Amino acid sequence: MADTVTAVRPEVRREPVGDWDEDTLVLGIETSCDETSAAVVKGGREILSNVIASQTDLHGEYGGVVPEIAARAHVEALTPAIAQALRDAEVTFWDLDAVAATLGPGLIGALLVGVAEAKAIAAVLEVPFVGVNHLEGHIYSNLLVHPEATFPAVALIISGGHTMVVDVADHGKYSLLGQTIDDAAGEAFDKVARFLGLGYPGGPEIDRLSLLGDAQAVAFPRAMADRPGFDVSYSGLKTAVINHVRSLEAAGRPVPVEDIAASFQQAVVDTQVAKTMAAVEHVGARRLLLCGGVAANSGLRSGLQRACEERGVALFVPPMSLCTDNAAMIAACGTAMLRRGLTTSLEASPDPNLPLAL
Amino acid sequence: MLVLGIETSTPQASVAIGSEQGIVASALVSRGASHNEFLLPAIRFCLDESGIGFRNLSGVAVSLGPGLFTGMRVGVATAKALAQSLSVPIVGMASLDLLAYEVRYTPKTICAVLDARREEVFHAFYRSSPGGIQRMSDYMVERPQQLVARIAAQTDDVLVVGNGAFVHREVFEELRAGVEIGTVSDAFPDARSLVELSLPRMFREDFDPLYQVRPLYLRSSARPIAWERIRGSRTA
Ligand SMILES: [Zn+2]
Repeated sequence: MADTVTAVRPEVRREPVGDWDEDTLVLGIETSCDETSAAVVKGGREILSNVIASQTDLHGEYGGVVPEIAARAHVEALTPAIAQALRDAEVTFWDLDAVAATLGPGLIGALLVGVAEAKAIAAVLEVPFVGVNHLEGHIYSNLLVHPEATFPAVALIISGGHTMVVDVADHGKYSLLGQTIDDAAGEAFDKVARFLGLGYPGGPEIDRLSLLGDAQAVAFPRAMADRPGFDVSYSGLKTAVINHVRSLEAAGRPVPVEDIAASFQQAVVDTQVAKTMAAVEHVGARRLLLCGGVAANSGLRSGLQRACEERGVALFVPPMSLCTDNAAMIAACGTAMLRRGLTTSLEASPDPNLPLAL
Repeated sequence: MLVLGIETSTPQASVAIGSEQGIVASALVSRGASHNEFLLPAIRFCLDESGIGFRNLSGVAVSLGPGLFTGMRVGVATAKALAQSLSVPIVGMASLDLLAYEVRYTPKTICAVLDARREEVFHAFYRSSPGGIQRMSDYMVERPQQLVARIAAQTDDVLVVGNGAFVHREVFEELRAGVEIGTVSDAFPDARSLVELSLPRMFREDFDPLYQVRPLYLRSSARPIAWERIRGSRTA
């Protein structure tokens, strides 16, 4: 080679694969939907940084996440988010032991950005790349803040994209107990909020109005309540709200938005608490891990808290910054996977429908 | 100065490593693996086969498109992460420039045209200049018939290059004498041209700010569809 070679960068640090201890530093990357996030987590437990760049403003005028807008925003936001995450953690790329990124489920164009960048960084650093299931990541959000939140446990993953109750026997050992058969809970919140003209995202606004309204004002249906199993359905509830408002409007009567919001939220909470606790009792779990964006809902938190106290079940809820999509949970889950010897090929592609390994 | 070039904006993806002394390694694929599956193994192949390490690279060049949105994003995201983690400069170039550069020895006006799907093409006009090419029009996205009308209005002879002319063959075949369609081997932008074109910019230190490197979409974001139903249900 006649080329002038200038090797000015530090030597690559290599850890033997399988040597994942409390000093392990993992860079996490999450781009499955509308949050661009990068985080550095130490030993799978300690959050050194967790940078989240939200795109909510970009999607607000459309009342929902627009996939192409999300993908474009990730390309712009991810590189600075990674730089910020390293700065906040006071580490450099060369201190990292692995790179973990969300492989799915999510929006394919959005996932591709995070996976492409994670693989490139892992290749340069000569460290493992770990593709993480986003839902599994959510479960780990509790492990980052609650040392007592261990497995076995039941996890309720509840967000704009998902509503599922999962039996977690151990790391990587999941079985699905129940899920929504149509809309996710957060999706129902968004759609009802949109119908009521409350803006996007709808969850926080409905939660706020619920405190001002009468939750018993309208007897919205509790779908699936009389059916066995732990599945839920929120599509009919959303339709019931729409029909109720229409009938008020047709009769020329005022629409009490606070009462409707409170009654709708109560119907979601009653349904989800009943099915979740039935699942917890079914498997005899002593711990319930609440996670996902709707975990921020005050009605759901207090409803589950009461139900868990009555049954002597420990309820774990992550702080707000770990309820919504974030890269710290991806790094934590990735670290747990590395401990089990799991790494992902640099040829791997994201899977928008990646199932939780059951 | 060793530069890694990444071109994934069309159905044909390629990577190349080269310096002012020429291309030292290159890989190309136009069917089979997705760009995302191809890219890092291909880069590894080029590095390994030429005995170069990532840390020997002095810069990263990336094609910004216009082209296929997903392909452009995979290439741009990968290039940005490589430049970031290696702490080397990045240079972005337009896919259409690369196409035109590949036929720069023609005395004719060059029209670079890439299929944009949805019955449209991306295009730009060039003429050769000492040591390279000079762009004479904006990057545009139009229906092929509109581009054909532009070509027909040119007074000079025109060489049309790029897969747009093949995908919309029936439209371009109607063009007058004096308009030549390039060969299939010139139909896609190539990472080797990208490396060659980026080197003068690397030497001039005419780098792009890392955080501002983004694909050249030429189209606004796709409009949402899923929410139309519920919005309609309120007003219905
Ligand atoms: Zn999520």
